[in-house]
Amino acid sequence: MKTDDFIRALAADRTLGAEPGRGLVLAVAAGFAATAIMFMLVFGIRGDVAAALQTVWFPFKFVVMIALVAAAVHLAIVLARPGADPAAAARLLAVPAVLIGAAVVIELTSVPASGWRPLLVGNNATVCLIAIPLIAVVPLVAILVALRRAAPTAPVLAGSAAGLLAAALAATLYAAHCVDDSPLFVLTWYSLAIAVVVAAGALLGSRVLRW
Amino acid sequence: MAPVAREQTWVEWMTAALDGDETAYRRLLTALSPVLRGNARRALSRMGASADDAEDIVQETLLAIHLHRHTWRRAEPVGPWVAAIARYKLVDVLRRRGRRAEIAIDDLADTLPDAADQEEEVGRRQAVGLVDALEGRQGDVVRAISLQGESIKETATKLGMSEGAVRVALHRGLKALAQLYRAGES
Repeated sequence: MKTDDFIRALAADRTLGAEPGRGLVLAVAAGFAATAIMFMLVFGIRGDVAAALQTVWFPFKFVVMIALVAAAVHLAIVLARPGADPAAAARLLAVPAVLIGAAVVIELTSVPASGWRPLLVGNNATVCLIAIPLIAVVPLVAILVALRRAAPTAPVLAGSAAGLLAAALAATLYAAHCVDDSPLFVLTWYSLAIAVVVAAGALLGSRVLRW
Repeated sequence: MAPVAREQTWVEWMTAALDGDETAYRRLLTALSPVLRGNARRALSRMGASADDAEDIVQETLLAIHLHRHTWRRAEPVGPWVAAIARYKLVDVLRRRGRRAEIAIDDLADTLPDAADQEEEVGRRQAVGLVDALEGRQGDVVRAISLQGESIKETATKLGMSEGAVRVALHRGLKALAQLYRAGES
């Protein structure tokens, strides 16, 4: 077929997809709401939440996780479009990284070295490693569906960003259940759990985000 | 046209196109075609492949631009956005060819003499065949509008469909065509 003829068919088609940023924000909201219900049924909020809120490190977990969610949302929206440069968006990930890094330094300088090990081991590291990826499944699927409707030109990177965002949402919820508030624990185990979801997102992205 | 003036025209056409101006949209796609063609030819010749198949790549890229035009941000330059899609599609096409080349190496023993001709033959058949392969109403609608140059209204009358049904069939047909492009060569 001649290209000029083909263009006629393209020009006649008026059906237009939705703006990708809006689609992603909707997917995040829907995925988070759905997984939050399951989180409340399966895990629930820790019993001593009122007392925990009076401490420093319990509320701080949410500060870090919300900063991570914000940076990951921005990165995913940038990666959803062709021709956008993700470097500036990726640099925003430094905000949660610096927050948790600084908190670990403060914590380790205020606790003698002999007390570091219990902070690192915590109470339920294994549950953390299983729960965060589990809670991330539904938002990850929702975000990948939204990205499929956009046009990511770096599918593996976009999939990784989807994984990071889903994991950040999951970690925000899980932080309300988890009784380990030590920044050292969060840096070690939350990061490991998040990395698992990022890897899953990268793998899925390379398969489902091609167009 | 100077790059700045060209870019400004493209933005105007693209903006009008998203607001439903079919003429502006056709102008934009027509203006993009030679740019995409040169791009595809250069990439094929760099690989030492025949530039004959460039037109397939041009059409597949135009189709990708069309189906993803909602990812263009208003007031943003059109050129870099199109270039990113073109690059993505080229990599996609060349990777598919790479796979096909690997398969061809296994068959070299008997087919060596006409291998090149056969390859070209396959390419040509697909260029025509992909739109022919669109089945049912979707295929009828896409062919009527592109090959016979009929409007949505004329197509609806000819095929005994409502205009709404023609629009739906056209959009689904183009999406199916994009799938055929991706699946056909892999």
